Amino acid sequence: MLRLEPRLEASRTWAALTPVMAVAATMVAGAVMFALLGKDPLVAIRTIFWAPLFDPALAAYARPQILVKAAPLILIAIGLSLGFRANIWNIGAEGQYVMGAVAGGGAALAFYPLDAWWLFPFMLFCGLLGGLLWGLIPAFLKVTFRANEILVSLMLVYVAEQYLASVALGLLRNPDGAGFPGSRNLQTYESAHNAELIAGTGIHLGVVTAALAVVMVYALLRMHRTGFEIKLSGQSPRAARFAGVNQAVLTYFCLGTGGAFAGLAGIFELSGPSGQLSIDFNVGYGFTAIIVAFLGRLHPFGIVFAGLLMALTYIGGEMAQFMLNLPSAAIQAFQGMLLFFLLSMEFLTRYRIRIRRLERN
Amino acid sequence: MFKHRLLAAAAAVAGAVLAAAPGAADPLKVGFIYVGPIGDFGWTYEHDQGRLAVEAAHGDKVETTFVENVPEGGDSERVLTQMALSGHDLIFTTSFGYMDPTINVAAKFPDVKFEHATGYKRADNVSTYSARFYEGRAVIGHIAGKMTKTNTIGYIASYPIPEVIRGINAAYIHAKKVNPDVNFKIVWVFTWFDPAKEADAATTLIEQGADVIMQHTDSPAAMTIAEEKGVYAFGQASDMKQFGPNARLSSIIDDWAPYYVQRVADVLDGSWESIDTWHGIKEGMVEIGEFSDQIPADIQAEAQAISDAIVSGEYHTFTGPLNRQDGSPWLAEGETADDGTLLGMNFYVEGIEGSIPQ
Repeated sequence: MLRLEPRLEASRTWAALTPVMAVAATMVAGAVMFALLGKDPLVAIRTIFWAPLFDPALAAYARPQILVKAAPLILIAIGLSLGFRANIWNIGAEGQYVMGAVAGGGAALAFYPLDAWWLFPFMLFCGLLGGLLWGLIPAFLKVTFRANEILVSLMLVYVAEQYLASVALGLLRNPDGAGFPGSRNLQTYESAHNAELIAGTGIHLGVVTAALAVVMVYALLRMHRTGFEIKLSGQSPRAARFAGVNQAVLTYFCLGTGGAFAGLAGIFELSGPSGQLSIDFNVGYGFTAIIVAFLGRLHPFGIVFAGLLMALTYIGGEMAQFMLNLPSAAIQAFQGMLLFFLLSMEFLTRYRIRIRRLERN
Repeated sequence: MFKHRLLAAAAAVAGAVLAAAPGAADPLKVGFIYVGPIGDFGWTYEHDQGRLAVEAAHGDKVETTFVENVPEGGDSERVLTQMALSGHDLIFTTSFGYMDPTINVAAKFPDVKFEHATGYKRADNVSTYSARFYEGRAVIGHIAGKMTKTNTIGYIASYPIPEVIRGINAAYIHAKKVNPDVNFKIVWVFTWFDPAKEADAATTLIEQGADVIMQHTDSPAAMTIAEEKGVYAFGQASDMKQFGPNARLSSIIDDWAPYYVQRVADVLDGSWESIDTWHGIKEGMVEIGEFSDQIPADIQAEAQAISDAIVSGEYHTFTGPLNRQDGSPWLAEGETADDGTLLGMNFYVEGIEGSIPQ
């Protein structure tokens, strides 16, 4: 009979092999699905993974776009990973992302149409602050009243969305918007515009910031005492207590950092690719980032890989839609398979499958 | 390594397959981007019916493509750019929130033509088009006012934009005209397509006493709830009869097919120009769905008469005397609303309770 045996130590071989195997398994299962939909499975998979990178007409545009799409995912996920490693569960990055955009965008629009060099950094700072403060609310309630941060942070997403709708309809509504809701477009407000750094690529400061955040978090986890405390709290809360780790400080730090990074992602997205604070400005980056964080195994470089892979399947999926007439639901199912296989195969790094004969009592 | 080989092999095979495709005269490539799924049985479904009509009408001369579920904002700009780069000649962007992205992408691709639905920004290669849905609201408002027994009509509204506010006003005016006791309960759901939210809104409205439901959202969720609870509803954007065979009284159907077929023909013969189109029942862009047998014959006749009068131009949906919600005069006796006011409408007419979210 088959038996599962926990491994004493996670297998390094399997840890390295699983992403490759998961991608291969996704391709096989995806190929079956595409074939059932009446599409050539090879062409479909080639379009999703290969066209954004190498299609002669599209790749030059799509390659940097993968970075642009991945940047908010990576920036948010890297912040969340700190908390997740310490067993502090911030599920509300979507709300912190929204509040970052509202606070930063509101700050910039308050000075419209000012032309000043300090406006852009000031806007980014306010965006960071908006996310930070929104992330500190569940931290405060957890530390003071032992409120569950999973529920509080998640519920605060809905509060943030309602607030976003309110400002898009009222406070920050574009007075020249012909009666339509939504703020002024920051792309047309020069001193607040998060413009592309290299012409034609779409790459903006948020992409650079995401890369810096990855390096910072990597260094923090490797070299700084706080990084050690985070890892220790996650692995053994009791040991952490004996080692004198202050859980309250750690809770504030992890939820605050997660919120600040999400807030930054929000303001970069608002002042760059999105432009306008509309009722449905947020499209789920904060939730997808949770997947990215786990897909990347909470490791900074793993998160970069996971973020890029997600972005690739988004963009490749769009191409598969208009090049092959694949329905978007099939693309979403394909992405779901990728996550499913990655997470299920991770099982093999922790357990081994043994074939044993039944023993008699 | 294995992964890369597999990819390379897949790529090579696929490349060969694509290269072998016959290279006949290049068809005109027409793209569509949709805010919802084509299976929403409402707004996006009808746009996709228009796309299929283009294929049926122009055959080999065109090739159509679409991308569905595209969020408004940065994502739509990327999708549009990719479509333009991949050789599309004409692209229909079918949601209001695609307006700025359409204008941005159009500026980068002057040779690609764009058609944006329900917006107000145009360029040399960007046309706009919309339908006078409010004309349909006049007809179904009349039916709703006559059919309600509780005198409470539930209205599921999406976003507080002029198009939606126009619809509420048009329906209210005509329900009130035939039933002075009528009362509108309006729920704003801040989404075009979210069956769960739409169903919740319908349930809430019914619990508050509404026995006729109107909606300005894209899914048939409210219709199915109405069927379940035994109240009346109207199909929106699409007929939706299959979702509420007993509940459905009539419907406002968007028929984009004639416009899409014509605009593609214009590109094919080189006569395409940037224009603004706002068609109603008369041109067939708005259709009133078949009346249900539940509606007594005399009310059917009255509703048909309103529709006929709108088509002939004898009657305008917004004809004075009408006051704004705050009681200030808007239209004098016999005066009709001008398109400018209608396009920017951001006020309720007198009698509607509650306020527009802002």
